[in-house]
Order: sequence, then structure tokens, then C-alpha cells
Amino acid sequence: MLPRNDRLSVAPSDAAEGERRENVRPEGWRNPAPADCYNLVVIGAGTAGLVAAHAAAALGAKVALIERHLLGGDCLNVGCVPSKAIIRTSRLYAEMRHATQYGAQIPDDIRIDFSAVMQRMRALRARISRADSVRRLTDDGVDAFFGDACFTGTDALTVDGTTLRFKKAMIATGSRPDTPSIPGLVEAGYLTNENVFDLTELPRRLLVIGGGPLGCELAQAFSRFGSKTIIAQDWPLFLPREERDAAQILSDAFARDGIEVRLNTRAVNVRIESGQTLVDLVIEDHKSTVVVDAILTGTGRVPNVDGLNLEAAGVDYDNADGIRVDDFLRTTNPRIYAAGDACLEHKFTHSADASARIVVRNALFLGRERLSALTIPWCTYTDPEIAHVGLHVRQAHAKGISVKTFTIPMHDVDRAITDSEEAGFVKIHVKEGTDRILGATIVGRHAGEMINEVTLAMEARVGLRTLTRVIHAYPTRGDAIKKAADAYSRTRLTPFLRRVARRWLRWRRGEV
Amino acid sequence: MTEQTLDQLERAAFGYFLQAVNPVNGLIADTTRENSPASIGVVGFALSAYPVAVERGWMTRADAVERSLATVRFFRDSDQSGSPEATGHKGFYYHFLDMQTGTRVWRSELSMIDTAMLIAGALTAASYFNAETDEEIALRGIVDALYRRIDWSWTLDGKTTIRLGWKPESGFLNYGWDGYSEAIVLYMLALGSPTHPIAGDSFEAWTATYQWENLYGYDFLYAGPLFIHQFSHAWIDFRGIQDRFMREKRCDYFENSRRATYVQREYARRNPHSFAGYDETSWGVTACDGPSQQEPELADEPRRLFGYAARGVPYGPDDGTLSGWAALASLPFAPELVSGTARTMLDRYPENLSNLQYASSFNPTLSRADRRAWVSAGLFGLDQGIVLLMIENYRSQLLWRLMRKCHPVRTGLRRAGFRGGWLEQRPSSEDREHAPAQ
Repeated sequence: MLPRNDRLSVAPSDAAEGERRENVRPEGWRNPAPADCYNLVVIGAGTAGLVAAHAAAALGAKVALIERHLLGGDCLNVGCVPSKAIIRTSRLYAEMRHATQYGAQIPDDIRIDFSAVMQRMRALRARISRADSVRRLTDDGVDAFFGDACFTGTDALTVDGTTLRFKKAMIATGSRPDTPSIPGLVEAGYLTNENVFDLTELPRRLLVIGGGPLGCELAQAFSRFGSKTIIAQDWPLFLPREERDAAQILSDAFARDGIEVRLNTRAVNVRIESGQTLVDLVIEDHKSTVVVDAILTGTGRVPNVDGLNLEAAGVDYDNADGIRVDDFLRTTNPRIYAAGDACLEHKFTHSADASARIVVRNALFLGRERLSALTIPWCTYTDPEIAHVGLHVRQAHAKGISVKTFTIPMHDVDRAITDSEEAGFVKIHVKEGTDRILGATIVGRHAGEMINEVTLAMEARVGLRTLTRVIHAYPTRGDAIKKAADAYSRTRLTPFLRRVARRWLRWRRGEV
Repeated sequence: MTEQTLDQLERAAFGYFLQAVNPVNGLIADTTRENSPASIGVVGFALSAYPVAVERGWMTRADAVERSLATVRFFRDSDQSGSPEATGHKGFYYHFLDMQTGTRVWRSELSMIDTAMLIAGALTAASYFNAETDEEIALRGIVDALYRRIDWSWTLDGKTTIRLGWKPESGFLNYGWDGYSEAIVLYMLALGSPTHPIAGDSFEAWTATYQWENLYGYDFLYAGPLFIHQFSHAWIDFRGIQDRFMREKRCDYFENSRRATYVQREYARRNPHSFAGYDETSWGVTACDGPSQQEPELADEPRRLFGYAARGVPYGPDDGTLSGWAALASLPFAPELVSGTARTMLDRYPENLSNLQYASSFNPTLSRADRRAWVSAGLFGLDQGIVLLMIENYRSQLLWRLMRKCHPVRTGLRRAGFRGGWLEQRPSSEDREHAPAQ
């Protein structure tokens, strides 16, 4: 039977879960008596909320942090942390199956112990939850409140009946998975990131609806655990935001993993017949029906803006785009700011973190820092990983910027060859005629690590010309970035310069 | 590769259009395989090939005109209702048609790109058959009518770029056609239309998806499969003419195809998957037929095989399958490289040819017991067509010369922002006379 979609569903109770609960929502917690007025009230204790609360408190602010569910938000509890943990195990299984590619023997008996996979995930999640614990908050002087926040005016709100007054507030209520409107889906039950990590048994047959980052990552992981996996994407390629070549390489990787890839495909109906879940899929004019044991949806996220009584606070919002903010992350109420998924287009943990830091400086210290000044990378943790920073070529063209891309396939990188991990590339986009980096896409086993070098270069305004002088340890995958910089240098050797150099060297040899 | 060899290969390729034709309606089979339907794109190549055959003395002018007339009359009179069993809609045609009845088969899509190739062929014929005989006048009139009735603007479907397929059952196809592709000839014909043109900013919107890359030391407009760098060049002489994008890059599409050819060589030299037969003088990774695990003798092959697929460099898909015709079709761009490569590939893998006609592909990694490479069965019309036209362009530039004086092409190029080179020279008065009336 399919698990029901339950936002508060819980993982099996074990010591790790006990520790996590104790850290992020201790039983019997009693909210503190509120201060007369807070410098900053933060609504939502996900990444943005925690970062802002800790940072503001460290600077001497009187801070209240309100969370209606679990500290750490999606990232810790039902997002990045648990998914990366199980992805690591799934990679190991994939490597075992492909051991001969590395000159090793395939183990005789590769058995999947799904409960062990999830147990490991829970243990790691519990460890990481220590950093987000309520104890750390209180130690730092933050007043932590559990309950539903509701604005009562432009400078006050209530938490479960208690009024908190503030000089400034920050809304960081995050986002939740968007449920696709497919007839029968809700009745049949489905998985999202909010309950998939509570699974105790591996679904034998899994349908993933949606080819965004979450759908792609988990489709590959579950396929590698042995689920017969179909991924249906209503688009010609996966990861529509990414470069065509990146998405193409991912499609190939999926096929290698045995995932049944259904592009340009819509799920139009879900029904249960004779105890089996049937899903109708449509591609163009062709309809087919698949039988599955679980459905995972990954069709986007919507901001959490409901129940806050934002109207009373004078905060404009939109159900699709979230809290309306200016470039300083200020809402239509100058006392109130927003950060993270509740207001950002780029819904990532690290952008939530960065936006929260901007809010602390702008709200509490008259800062004028701009959201648009941030250089935000991101990565989809499939195998190979797909990472990006800055502009895509199309975006640059839309701004009237002429672009040149320096491309290094991973098969030209010695370390990728020695590791038998040649799928992928480094593409660095520069403004034509200059060495100024506009953006980059990296596809490869460790693209998420590699993109940071390009982000650093962009943030520090270091061009490709400078990167040619940066010595990279050999052999590393990062060498690909150096190779891209070297390719740039070669294009600067114009025929004229080449002629001059030859003449000079001939003269040095004593020839006329 | 000697002139004699080229002549033999070109003539053999032309033979396909004699083998695979239904003379009653002029339709040409997509492949020589059993029960193959007609492919409208292949018909476009046939219409372009007849003038070549006349010039080379392989066919009388009267025969060529008769075949061309039969073809364009069929399309003129075909069912344009857009019903699932029709032949076309809004001046476009379904990709695959029944060889006898000319109606849609395989629930195929109304194909904009294949219609463009068909019309490019028809315009080639109209440009070549410029005599004032009843037949040739009739031919030109029908071609003009076929071109005029195509509703190119409909294919935008309210968006900025052309949708490349439509089905009566489900409407426009949701294909992702971002990035440089063989569709440039389609855009030129759509822009040049006197009746239903698309706006010039559609072409600009398409070029905004281009990727200008430095790969293996070559700066070029990236596209993986080699055929993309060839198909539009079968008809349009891109030497020395530039649109805004190419002016910025100080390049042109012809030079770009030359570089793309060298990128193929560089990929084969690296041969990242260590396939047999890949080296500096053996390459040609493109859209083609290929081996597949569906074939009983390959069912146990551990490597992934892709069957018919748009193979490309450097990201694949690549299963060790090369196309000899694709290498040779780059002859006009890089003769210094291609001539030796084509020769070497034929010397090493003579099984790639049968009766001097190129197979769609061969795969030396999948050699059989007799050490001969796996070879795609039968022949594909598109392969024969492109190799024929590109050899001819290399030898005499006939197709380029014919289309340089084709009014729709000139208009389309200008509306797309192309300037310079032959486009600045006026076609002769005789040429203008024979262009479809505006």
C-alpha cells in the first residue's frame, strides 16, 4: 500500500530519531516568556531563520525565533541532509555493480538492506541536527518559540496566543512541495520529500513524476537500490533550467542505471484496481498505463505564506512567488524582511543562508546589501552531478551580452580518466573579447565541489587570465578549470603575436 | 580521393532515387528496407538531385522534368485537411507517407523541418528548370504555389521560435529545439515567404539559444551531430555571408562547419570510449541508424547500443558507430581533411559500401566473426541525398549557384540579417524572371 502524504509523518523511532527530536523539537518544550520588544523576530527556523537568529544574537540583538514544526527546516529534516546520505549509499551500490570498470571484482552477493540505508541516514541526520538544536539557540540567547505565528499588526504577532513585539521581523517560512493536480493521486497516496525519508521498505516499482532536481536525484538513488524506476517528465529534457548538454548526459546516465526515462510525458490519472496502483501516462497522442508500488512527485515547490495573516502586517505576497521583497529583501512593510524559500526564486539552502545574512545587516544595521549582488551556485546531486553558477548563455544573450564558452570535456582531464569518471564537462562562459566570467556549468562526479572555485573567481572578480596563473594540484578534477583558463590564453595568441614571437625567437637564435 | 572516385560515389548515391521512387507520385522511400514509407525530406533531396543528374548526363532533362512534375503535382493535389489520414496541413506535410497513396503513416508528425527540405528541393528544381517550355513553366508555377500556401507563421503557435512538429491528435509537439541545428534552412524559407512569413525576430530568438564554444582548440557554434553542420549547406552557400551572430564572431556558417569537421577529428583522435576504428582519419559521428540489442546477434552485447539515434561529439551518445557518408559530406568545408579520411575509411572498411552506396553506419567495435564491421542494413535516403549534394557542391557548386538566385532564399537570408558576399550581388535578370512571383 502506498504511504499517505502526511506532512508530519515520522520516521521509525530509534535512538537517532530520539536525538534528532530532542534537538529540533524537544518534547515538553515550554515557550519562554517574551521580552517587551525584540530587535528581531524571525518566523521559521529553517536554514534562513537559524542563520539570522544566531547571527543577530551574536551581534547583541534580542531575538525571538518561531518554528511551527522542526528546527532545521526541510534541509536538515527532509531535504539535503537525508537525500545526500542515501545518495552516497546508492553510489556505492552502483560502483559495486560496475566494479569491473575499475579493474575490481563484482561482489558475489550484492544485497540491498534498505533499512540499513535508512538507519545510516537517520544517524547522520541526528548528528547534523546538533548544530541546529534548540539548546544551541538558547545558549546563544535566542528566545525559541514553537507554535504558529500570526501577525496582529505591523509590529506585532502572536505565537499560540502570546504576543511578541518587534522592531524588525524576518519571514523565513520556507516552502513545501507542490502537489500536481492529477486525478486520483491524493486518494492513492504519494511520496514527496516530506515523507520519502520515512520509508521503511523499498518500493519495488517506483514512478517519479517530475524531472527537477529532487525527482532526478531520488529516481537515480532508488533505482540503484533496486526499485524498478520510471521517471516521467513533461518536458523534452530533465532539469529544464540547466544546459541541454548537461540534461542529455543525465538522460544517458539514467538509461545506464536502468531507469525507464519517459520524456514529454504527463501523468494524467491515478487509480487503484484490484489493490494495484495504476498510472496513466500520455506522450503526445500515445497513452500507456504503468503499475507501481509508489509514486514520488517532484514537480516544484510553493512558498509557505498561508496562516500568517500577512494582510494585517501590510506585507504583500503571492501564493506562487511568495513574499514580495525588494532587492534589499524588505517587504512592503519596512519593518519586515523576508529570506529563504518564502521569497526567493532560487530555493536552495545556501541562498537561504546568504539572504538571511543580508537581512541581519540591512534590518539591524542600516545595511544596503542587495540580493542581486549575490553569486549563487547550485548543484543537482545526481551521478554525475550537475552544478551551475552565474548566467546561462541564453540569459546573457537576453541581456545583450555576447558570450564565448570554454569547454573542457572530462575525458580531457587526467584525474577523471584515472578514476574512470569521464562523463561530463566544464563550461565556463566569458564575455566575448574579455576574460570576465559570466557563469559556468560543470557536469561530473564532483561538480558540486568544483563549482566553488568558479564561484570564488566570480565573487572576487578574478578572470580566466588570472586563473591560468593559479597552480592546481595534479592530478585533480579541478585541473579542468585550469585547462579552460589555458584554452582562453591560447585564444589570445593571435596570428600577429605568433608572428612577432617567431621573429623574436629567430633573432635570438642569431638568424636574420 | 580522386575525381573519378567522387564521380562514382555521387552517381551511386543518385542511384538511390531511381531505386526507391514511385514514379507515379514521385515519392521516395525513406530507406530500402521492406515496407519503408516515403519520407518527405528525402523527396526534397530527390528534387535537388535531378538537376545534378541532368548536368552530369545521368538523366535526360525531359525525364528529370517529368519526375519533378509528378512529384510537385502530387503534393499540390494532396489532402491538406490535416486529418489523421491526410497528407498535410497548412502547406506542410506529414513526415512519413504511404508510398502508394501518399497519406500519412506511422502516426507521424507534420514536420516543419522535413517540409523545409522538401520545399528547398522544389525551389532548386524551379531554379534549374528555367526553360520556357510548357512543362517547365508548369513546374515553376506549382512550386510557387506550394511555397506560397505554407503558413509558416502558424508554426510559431504564439511563441518566439518555430515549433517543429504538429499532430492532429495532440497539437504542436513539445520538442526542445534550442541551440544550433539543421533548422537554419527552415528559418530562411519561413522568413522569405511572400504570403505567411515569420518575423525576423524569430530567427534572432533562435540564435539566442546558440552556444559559441571553444572546444579542442576550435571556436565554433556548437552542435554535436555532424549532419547538423551539413544539411542546410546542401542548398545554401554560406560562404562569406554573415548574420548578426556570425558578424560578432567574425565567422560564417561555412567556416563554422569546417571547424566542426575538425572537432570530429579531434574527438576521434581522443576516442574517449576506446572504440575500434576511431582515429584522426576515421570519424563521422552523426544521426544515423546503428546497432541495437533488438538484433538477435547483439542481444547479449554488454555495451549500451543506441539503434537509430542522433549521435554526436563530444558528449555522445556514442556507441562506436561511424557514418562514412557523414565524413564525406563535409568535403566542401575541409577537403584537405575529408578527402584522405573518406579514402582511408573506405580502404579499411570496404563493407561500409555496397554497390558504391554508403550504408547508414558501421561499427568496427562490433566486428563479426569474419572481422568485418557491423554494418547497418539497407540504405537511407537522407544519407544518399546529402552525400550526393555535398559532393556536387564540392565539384561544381551547382546547388549553391541555383539557390543563390532563388528569391525566397535571398529574401529569407536578408530578413534574417545576413549581409555580405554573394548576397550583395544582384541576380541576373533571367534569374529574377524565374523566381516565384512576389
